[in-house]
Amino acid sequence: MRHLLSIGDLSREEILELLDTAESMHEVQHREVKKLPTLRGRTIINFFFEDSTRTRSSFELAGKWLSADTINLSGKGSSVSKGESLRDTVMTIDAMGVDLMVVRHMASGAPAQIASWTGCSIVNAGDGTHEHPSQALLDAYTMRRRLGGDLAGRHVAIVGDLTHSRVLRSNLLCLRTLGASVTLVAPPTLMPSGIGPWADTDGFGTSYELDDVLPTVDAVMMLRVQRERMSGGFFPTPREYAVRYGLTPARLARMPEHAVICHPGPMNRGLEISADAADAAQSLVLDQVSAGVAVRMSILYHLLAGEGSTS
Amino acid sequence: MTTPPLLITGADLAGAGRGDLLVADGRIVAAGPDAAAEAPGGTARTDADGLVALPGLVDLHTHLREPGREDAETVETGSRAAAAGGYTAVLAMANTTPVTDTAEAAERVLDLGRRAGYVDVHPVGAVTKGLAGAELAELGLMAASRARVRVFSDDGRCVHDARVMRRALEYVRAFDGVISQHAQDPALADGSACCHEGEHSGRLGLPGWPGVAEETVVARDVMLARHTGSRVHIAHVSTAGSVEVLRWAKAQGIAVTAEVTPHHLMLTTDLLAGYDPVYKVNPPLRPAEDVEALRAALADGTIDAVATDHAPHPRQDKEHAFADAAFGMLGLETALSVVATTMVTEGRVGWREVAQVMSHAPARIAGLAGQGQPLEPGSPATITLVDPGRRVSVDAALSQSLSRNNPWHGRELTGAVHLTMLRGQVTAREGLVWGGVA
Repeated sequence: MRHLLSIGDLSREEILELLDTAESMHEVQHREVKKLPTLRGRTIINFFFEDSTRTRSSFELAGKWLSADTINLSGKGSSVSKGESLRDTVMTIDAMGVDLMVVRHMASGAPAQIASWTGCSIVNAGDGTHEHPSQALLDAYTMRRRLGGDLAGRHVAIVGDLTHSRVLRSNLLCLRTLGASVTLVAPPTLMPSGIGPWADTDGFGTSYELDDVLPTVDAVMMLRVQRERMSGGFFPTPREYAVRYGLTPARLARMPEHAVICHPGPMNRGLEISADAADAAQSLVLDQVSAGVAVRMSILYHLLAGEGSTS
Repeated sequence: MTTPPLLITGADLAGAGRGDLLVADGRIVAAGPDAAAEAPGGTARTDADGLVALPGLVDLHTHLREPGREDAETVETGSRAAAAGGYTAVLAMANTTPVTDTAEAAERVLDLGRRAGYVDVHPVGAVTKGLAGAELAELGLMAASRARVRVFSDDGRCVHDARVMRRALEYVRAFDGVISQHAQDPALADGSACCHEGEHSGRLGLPGWPGVAEETVVARDVMLARHTGSRVHIAHVSTAGSVEVLRWAKAQGIAVTAEVTPHHLMLTTDLLAGYDPVYKVNPPLRPAEDVEALRAALADGTIDAVATDHAPHPRQDKEHAFADAAFGMLGLETALSVVATTMVTEGRVGWREVAQVMSHAPARIAGLAGQGQPLEPGSPATITLVDPGRRVSVDAALSQSLSRNNPWHGRELTGAVHLTMLRGQVTAREGLVWGGVA
């Protein structure tokens, strides 16, 4: 594994190996001294062209606990407005001698383009509305811990603004590769383009009715609905969205008792998720955050400490 | 300037059978099997056995970037690329800096073209001032200028306001002008839209550019053309739905013409999977079903012309994230090869039809009297010789253009331009450009 650009590049075995390594990393997190010497002397740049406190601090801690030298860079706005090409921007950093770049960018595909230009390993920390692989891995990690087994045969509903969600695309690939069945739930305006043929090819379900799906789920993943989508006319009002697609207390009661609730955050309480659901015993929201560091340690470990990458 | 007469021997004359062409004083003086008999002493000879002679190619849609972006292309370098690609006339789009929206700006482009001398450069005038879509540019003054502008377009932007489009169509009727419409409803596909809306845009997370954003404008504009009795031309048609509308409109006798680009005849939306901005173009590459419909429409005459939408960009404008990179790809030097590969070698059309869609029809649409003439005595000796069987491996580095955003790099195509002649003067041979004519 040289880069982590898309979950689609990973086999089932590779995903499970990443999750297994994350288990042992997770134990480190509960020690008083959290540092492992594994990546001593290696340099990691967290290059965030788009703000993300949560993901950036998670990657930063992961690097530090593995003893790597980590630097955070933020590239506010697109490089177009600065008159410098993206290629020039990243090549300048790469030329300093970097082992790995964690890239967050507002444009889909930017990490893949950067990987084609530079010599270092690239981790996609979220690109536009394309993918967010480390989020999908930590979601799988958290669900696996709570539900047991390796998620094969489990039923996961993913609900919300699917069109604009990179979390959706990575989770879909991850869960299908692990053998889970997936149902996407959203109003038609928030379903991704070409969802019909896509669902047929990749073997997942779609529904416009959350109530029909909930009784058979093992996990429900509520995605953030941005209030600014309102201006695009994707749905009439936040009130209507909350009534039709929000995880209300009544819907919580429709779920099987063992079923869990995930949300990648930040949550819009009262819109896509009620406070009751967010704070319920089945909610994994804080477990997800905690798992995030362990999973990212695992990713960095596999990319930098794996065989053949010791040069 | 006097050059000795030239006899081009043994070419297939635009699909009408083998014959010779006798050229003197910039004109064709004899054509056909008996032309050699009329050659006076001292006539030079060019063996064209196995080649196809076409009337010089005419491009309805070229971006030459000058004035404003001389780092991408100049009138001279774009003219050289055109000559290398078999073209003898190009229509230079108005979206330069400043915009070609006055008679003076149009005359300046005309003069730059004459100074370069490789092809006839005809400026396209903007429909609206500054391409802003609000107020009509000085269409009549551009028409009356030395540049004799007849084609008007806000290309790159759609004339989306129906009232403005209606007035423009009505107004240009006074001087037999035509509005070339970039059909893109901005409410359905805004400036960020960069990938055909469908399964690929969904998977890649790229902003979708649905075919319907083009089709609704085509439908509206053919109805406006019917209402006004004016001519409308649809630039770079890219979807099967637009073809359906055009087919219906033509059956009604509406004065609509349309063009298709070489890239929409061959390249498909799945090429965007690697996010390589060389494939970013507007309108976007479409699925194979659209490509098939466009080929069929070109073969049956629903689409009148092939136009390149040659859009040079320097590297730094393409080496951005896909969403931020510039739209457009090169096309002048490869257009004939792409049409030969997709249309002729597949048996969809013969060379007579290639002459139609790449020379006669575009010259007629643009009102160019000296271009697109039949290969007959009396016509200007404006001729493109094509080697129909030659395999070409496209190399982006071997280009007359200043830019290298060439989506055909590394592809194998069949059929290539051998020689280009403008009014008796050779302007290019085997991709190499001769000295300017002027």
